[in-house]
Amino acid sequence: MTWSEMSPLLWEATGQTAVMVGWSTLFTVLFGLPLGVCLAGADRDGLFPAPAVRRVLGLVVNIGRSLPFIVLMIAVIPVTRAITGTTIGTAAAVVPLTIGAVPFYARLVETALREVGRDVVQAAEAMGAGRVRIVTRVLLPEALPGLVAGLTVTVVTLISYSAMAGVIGGGGLGDLAVRYGYQRFETTLMIVTVAVLVVVVQLAQTLGDAVARRLSHR
Amino acid sequence: MITVSGLRKAYGDVVALDGVDLHVGKGEVFGVLGRSGAGKSTLLRCVNLLERPDEGTVTVDGRELTALGAADLRRARQRIGMIHQHFALLSSRTVAGNVAFPLEVMGVGRAARARRVAEMLDLVGLADRAGAYPAQLSGGQKQRVGIARALAAEPSVLLSDEATSALDPATTQSILALLRRLNRELGLTILLITHEMDVIKAVCDSAAIMSDGRIVEAGPIPDLLATPGSRLAAELFPLPPAEPGTVTVALGADRALLSRLTRTHDVDVAIAAGAVEHVAGAPAGRLRLRITGPGAADAVADLRKRGLLVEEDA
Ligand SMILES: Nc1ncnc2c1ncn2[C@@H]1O[C@H](COP(=O)(O)OP(=O)(O)OP(=O)(O)O)[C@@H](O)[C@H]1O
Ligand SMILES: [Mg+2]
Repeated sequence: MTWSEMSPLLWEATGQTAVMVGWSTLFTVLFGLPLGVCLAGADRDGLFPAPAVRRVLGLVVNIGRSLPFIVLMIAVIPVTRAITGTTIGTAAAVVPLTIGAVPFYARLVETALREVGRDVVQAAEAMGAGRVRIVTRVLLPEALPGLVAGLTVTVVTLISYSAMAGVIGGGGLGDLAVRYGYQRFETTLMIVTVAVLVVVVQLAQTLGDAVARRLSHR
Repeated sequence: MITVSGLRKAYGDVVALDGVDLHVGKGEVFGVLGRSGAGKSTLLRCVNLLERPDEGTVTVDGRELTALGAADLRRARQRIGMIHQHFALLSSRTVAGNVAFPLEVMGVGRAARARRVAEMLDLVGLADRAGAYPAQLSGGQKQRVGIARALAAEPSVLLSDEATSALDPATTQSILALLRRLNRELGLTILLITHEMDVIKAVCDSAAIMSDGRIVEAGPIPDLLATPGSRLAAELFPLPPAEPGTVTVALGADRALLSRLTRTHDVDVAIAAGAVEHVAGAPAGRLRLRITGPGAADAVADLRKRGLLVEEDA
């Protein structure tokens, strides 16, 4: 396979990966962040202790995290259909990717929020700040570098998950490597695809690290 | 200004507060001493109800906090400043941003907030570091930010839990001097917790000593000095063991005590031992005297009558 033959395939696959990872990252933050706040806040020594709620949330999150992504992807097909009206394609892949990443990110959010010193939260309480203000003006800003670092890990995980999206016709770089490299013995294309994946992951990580460092004033 | 009565608080089997009564007057600097685990921090945290006491009432500035609902309590807390041993500054905000926080909580507008922040930073001598982040400051500077933040909302009361314990002696002195100045200039009432005698001597008008969740002794320092058997006075102003034929007297407001004694009674006064320092800006302490001469008995009786005689070793 010549470079001019590979190039359009690579561009298309990279685009698909970007679309899948981009949208699922957005939705993961949208759902994972509040879920993480609830997990941390509902803890026994959290901001709004609610042990029962926390147990239920914790269980749901753990179930989500213990399912291998490939199994989860098949298992949530009815949900995917209900939301997107289809079960195959790049858009359809965003649903299982999001469902797979939300519990993962929520745990990272929980950890990042826990890192915020108890004394800082209490100082805010002593100044008469309410819970909403403490979450939005103390916990989240203080944890921001950790939240960004967690998001970076999540994006990298999503890139790797998205490689399995070929199973439901999502396309992307992983799918390209499997279809051409493995099934059609196009070793060169496979190596190039893998190289592109490595570069993409490296870029995501470097960018994430830089942003986290930029935000940290510790 | 602060009245605490019948305060009890237990953590499981550990009784942290076991019936504490305390009164801090307006404009007073009140120090609480005690060993580790005595319940000092718990007491302080009960004053602004960061910790809910199991029993007892807390009244600050005429409002019974223990009777308030959540929203009213938040409003009342805005009027109580607090400084912390490890500063508890927001690392994500600049110095100015930290000082602005309590003003945001109160809903002060942007322009008024900026004015007040500048004013507070001037007060604590950090105007030139407004844009710095806490990580770029020294411990003493961080505590100054903590003080500016605590006072931004113009509280009537300042609570301080070991505010100088993480600082070196020179920095401690400068922070204590600042507190003393704020007390004088703003009429601020300060309740502070410490385990350092020097802190009490440097800034406090009154002191209490806590042990096992109780206050075992409390009062204005001059009174404590004149109280026989006072543990606080003995710890603040330790004297060597008494020798026979000496008396121990409290040195307070009457600075010319010794010359007056020799003038009014026919006695010689020799100082056998003494511990005198500036307490809250005025000399105070205890002297052990050997009083001899024909008027010795009268002189001792005089001292006793004036409540200055602490100990007599015949
Ligand atoms: N949140 C808590 N949970 C359980 N026990 C606690 C808690 N806070 C305090 N205690 C206990 O209550 C007692 C009093 O603690 P407190 O922190 O008030 O002491 P302290 O006088 O401030 O000591 P230190 O000088 O070491 O700060 C201690 O025995 C402590 O172990
Ligand atoms: Mg303590």
